[in-house]
Formats: sequence, C-alpha cells, structure tokens
Amino acid sequence: MYKYDQYDQAIVDARVREFKDQVGRRLRNEITEDQFKPLRLMNGLYLQLHAYMLRVAIPYGTLSGTQMRMLAHIARKYDRDYGHFTTRQNIQYNWIKLEQFSDLLDDLSKVEMHAFQTSGNCIRNISSDQFAGAAADEVADPRPYAELLRQWSTLHPEFSFLPRKFKIAVIASDTDRAAIQLHDIGLQLYRNAAGDLGFRVFVGGGMGRTPIIGKIIREWIPVSQFLSYSEAILRVYNRYGRRDNIYKARIKILVTELGIDAFRDQVEAEWALLEPLGLDAPQAEYDRIIAQFAEPDYDLSAPDTLDLSDPDFKLWVDQNVHVHKQPGYAIATISLKPKAGIPGDASSAQMDVIADLAEKYAHDEIRVTHSQNLVLAHVRKADLYAVWQALDAVDLATPNLDLVTDIIVCPGMDYCTLANARSIPIAQKIAAKFENDVAEQRDLGELKIKISGCINGCGHHHAGHIGILGVDKKGEEAYQLLLGGSGAEDASLAKILGPGFDENGIIAAVDKLIAFYKTARAAPEERFLDTYRRLGAAPFKEAVYG
Amino acid sequence: MPRILTGNRLETGDVLWWNGADWSTRIKDAVAIGDEGAALLVTLIAAERINDPVLIDVTGEPGAYVPTTTRERVRASGPSVRADLARGSLSVEAI
Repeated sequence: MYKYDQYDQAIVDARVREFKDQVGRRLRNEITEDQFKPLRLMNGLYLQLHAYMLRVAIPYGTLSGTQMRMLAHIARKYDRDYGHFTTRQNIQYNWIKLEQFSDLLDDLSKVEMHAFQTSGNCIRNISSDQFAGAAADEVADPRPYAELLRQWSTLHPEFSFLPRKFKIAVIASDTDRAAIQLHDIGLQLYRNAAGDLGFRVFVGGGMGRTPIIGKIIREWIPVSQFLSYSEAILRVYNRYGRRDNIYKARIKILVTELGIDAFRDQVEAEWALLEPLGLDAPQAEYDRIIAQFAEPDYDLSAPDTLDLSDPDFKLWVDQNVHVHKQPGYAIATISLKPKAGIPGDASSAQMDVIADLAEKYAHDEIRVTHSQNLVLAHVRKADLYAVWQALDAVDLATPNLDLVTDIIVCPGMDYCTLANARSIPIAQKIAAKFENDVAEQRDLGELKIKISGCINGCGHHHAGHIGILGVDKKGEEAYQLLLGGSGAEDASLAKILGPGFDENGIIAAVDKLIAFYKTARAAPEERFLDTYRRLGAAPFKEAVYG
Repeated sequence: MPRILTGNRLETGDVLWWNGADWSTRIKDAVAIGDEGAALLVTLIAAERINDPVLIDVTGEPGAYVPTTTRERVRASGPSVRADLARGSLSVEAI
C-alpha cells in the first residue's frame, strides 16, 4: 500500500489547518453560510436531511486495517456508530456535527486520510478495480497509476474549479470491475505487442441525467505519458466545457456536442504543446510508487486446497471467493448486503472485525468496491475458513455476491436532500423476497439491480440489469423501471420499460420480470441481461404491463 | 393550509422546528406561522445561526402537524429504515 511521504502529509495537514480555521470562523459568525457552504463542500461536508454528512475519500478503494479502525472510531465518536460505503469506493457518515469537525479531521489525518475533493467541481476520488494486485487476469497492478493520478489531481490549481465534477477510473484487465466506460475518463492498462505497458483511454462516459458510454479517444498511450495526456483532456474540457448550464456541464456533453473526432483533435493539439514541457512523472517517481504496491510477502508453501466439507462455508466460497493469481491464495468479498440490512452500511463493530481480519489474514489490506461491498484481496486458502467464521459471527458472510440481493442503492430520500424518493426500502423489499432462499438466488444467477433515488444516479440505475429510478410524481414517491444496463466490459445503458409505479407496484413489477426471465432464458446459465439482449424489451414489457 | 418553520442548527445540523419562542427538535412542538413568517425568516437568515430556514406546508392540528411532502415527513421522523434513530414525534408510518 502507498504510504504518505512528507509532501502528502504536509498537504493534508495544511488543508486541515485551513478548514479548521474556516469552520471556526463560521461558528463565530465571522463568515456567512453562503460564504462557508462552498468551503465545506470542497472538504466533503454536506448538509443533508437530518444532519451534516461527511464523505471521506478512500483512494482507489484501498485502505489498511489501521485506517478501517479509524473509520470505526469516527463512526463511534462522531456519528451514530455506523458508516455507509458508497459507489465511489468512499465512506459517508450521516450524523456529523460541525462543532466536532475539527477534532474529526485531526483524527482522520493521523491515518493519512481526509475528505477533500469528495465534493465540488474538481477531480474526485480516483476509483479502480477492487481486485487490483490480486486478480489473475490483470496485466499489472493498476493502483500505482491511480496513485499518480491522485497526486497529480490533489489540489491541482488549474482543475479546482472545473465546469463540473470529474471522475476517473483505472483498471488493468479485460474484465471491467470499475465501470470505466461510465467515467469522465476511463483508463484500461494493457500490454502492446512489444510487451510495453500503456493505456486505452476512454472519455466522456457517465450516468446521471444524461447517461453516455465513453468513447475511445486514444487506443494507446504509454504509461510514461498518461499524466500529460490526462492533463490535455482536462485542459480542453476546462476551456470549452459549458458553465452556463449545470445539466450540460459534464465532459460527456462536450464530447457529444463536438463529436469524438473533433474532441480528440483538440486534445492531441493541446497535448502536442504540453508533452514537451516535462509534466509527466520521471521514471524514478514511477519506480518509487510502484515499489509501494509490491506484491505481499506470499507464503509460497501455502496449500492450494480447501476443505469444503462445511456446506455453508462452501456456499460462501462458491459465491463470494475469487481466484487469486498466487497459488494458495484467494480473494474474499465481504457482502455488505445482509438480510434486512441497508446496502453499504457497516457498524463500527463490524469495521473493527474487518480491520482485525485484514491485519491477521489479508496482508493488512481492505478494498471497497463500487458495488458497496468490501474485499480481503490476499487471503491464504488455509485461512479462509477462519475468516468466514469470524465474518459470519458479525453478519458479514452473506453468500450473495452479484446475485439478486446484492443490490446497489444510493441513500435516497431517507438521507439525501437531492433525492425524490426513498431507495433503500425498495431494495429491502426486493431482497426480502429472495434472501431466505440462496438456492433460488443462485439459480437466477448474476442479476444486478441498481437503485437511485434521483436522476443524479448515485445508485447507478442506468448500469443495472434492472434499474430503478425514484422520481417525484405530484409530491408522491414514484419509480421508473429500466432494463438492460451494464457497467462491465459489455457496457450498455438501461432503457425505461414503460410507465412508472408506486412503491408496491415497482416491487410487483420486479417480481414479474424475474418470473418471466425464468421461463424465457435459453439455458439455466443465460443471465437475465443476456436474455433481455436476446429477446429485446417487448416480451419483458408484456410480462410487466400485460 | 398551516405553515410551520423549520431549519437546521448550525453547530450540530440538528433538524429544528420553531415553537413560537425558540427552536425544538420535535415537530409536535411546532406552531403555525402566520403573517409574521416573512419577517421571522428575514431575522433568522440575518442571524446566521440556523441553516436553510424555510416555511413548509402542513396538515393537521397543533401538536400533530404533518408536513405535506414526503421529504419533510422524512426529516420529521428520521430515516424510515432506521427505527432506532427515529425522532419520535412523527412516526415512520406517517411518511
């Protein structure tokens, strides 16, 4: 894992001092709320329905046991004993008090964490593959490059007031576990025929009000030049992105309006000016950062077998454990979608257990996934049973990864001031129909339901095999139903199936969809999404609306 | 339709309702605001101690006002998915 150097820590310490001063001035009424609001938002502090909400950055979703234990401490001391892991691989706290905020920031900074650039029109937390460094299918660990992006984008003076927020994701395999085609910039690391590492660069993807799949702006950029190329993209966006209309301000609109070829021409022209200036990191800096993501000190004698005689353990392994590139090791996903739970929520006690397990069994690393789950990326197979037992004891061993109950959900109108409808209760009601029958869930196979409480799409409804969007219908909560989305390498955007529903109606509609799918799939292994793609919307629409 | 005044306390973010003399954390203490509402809002905004003060429409009687919008009912009751965090003066069922 990356460890801060003196510059990283100095930046955080300076920013903490600055914001503590701003908080103090606000509390003493030396500045108005209108003056303070943009300052607090730039430090991840929102005012939501019930209290202040704080979003803490977790760069590329990687954190240590010590950091997780600090997140638990913050939940316990400053919040109401829980946190909510988000689709941006961050964590949010829902009950923060401004008067305690300075102490909170001090605590965070002790473990190399902070909250800036988790809001505002800047480059947000860089996201990545939760299996980075462990996946058997990656060409290299993508996180050193995500870390370079983090350092480059942190308080970047030119990009602190972009037309709109900007999200970047980095992966290093053909399997996309980070939805890179739905980001402002998506970077896919691969090797060319000569064996060199470089990136395929996607630009202009995104969800929200205007969902668009990113387009390839460059098929190949050497890793040694990807920072200056990213800078060129940001410069063109910063120069020409619209600032007159918040709904048309994302880079996806600029790319769409210009066309990818014209946009590419502008970026290439900008890059031709930038590249000779030496903005890219020197090789020594690449080497310094890559060294900090060195492979763990694997136990080369670790047995590559598992005792699966416990059927409950076997079920969890079958569903939540993935192949690791190192024989004798496995990748374990911790579901934050327990029965009757709130997707993405974890109590401080659960966070402490995960921290302990990471330190004892997983080379002190934890990952947050954009699906609001957690991952222990390097676990000896010989230790998996002990890990599972410890997780099971705190309700963290639900064997439902990528199944119908593994639902992505934004906080919705239970917490969020932007939301038009509640989303968590919808997820809970859908899950309740399946969560006591794991065999039924597994029979349905991969089925990704994603729910947003408003058009901003934090619940990724446009990338759901089944997407649900909460809307306001004359003051009442209503829900649109969408089908056919995917955030994976086969990216597609879900489309509205028909008229919307009330709360009970949307639950019944999902029931009908799933019942139809079971009769219509060509084979048991054909996914819901593939059945939809094969048959088209019409029979699904008929099944729901008659 | 009656209107009541709500906002969030600067220091804590707590959801508050105006009870005629001070702020309360319980909606059942709220009083209907008449023509004095506009002037009260101006005063509160100028004082800069309550964030997002706003008058909202409610139905019902004094001591049992229920906001007309789902959003404000959620603010009054607490998150509908965390009964343990409910505020107590407006039931989750009222959402």
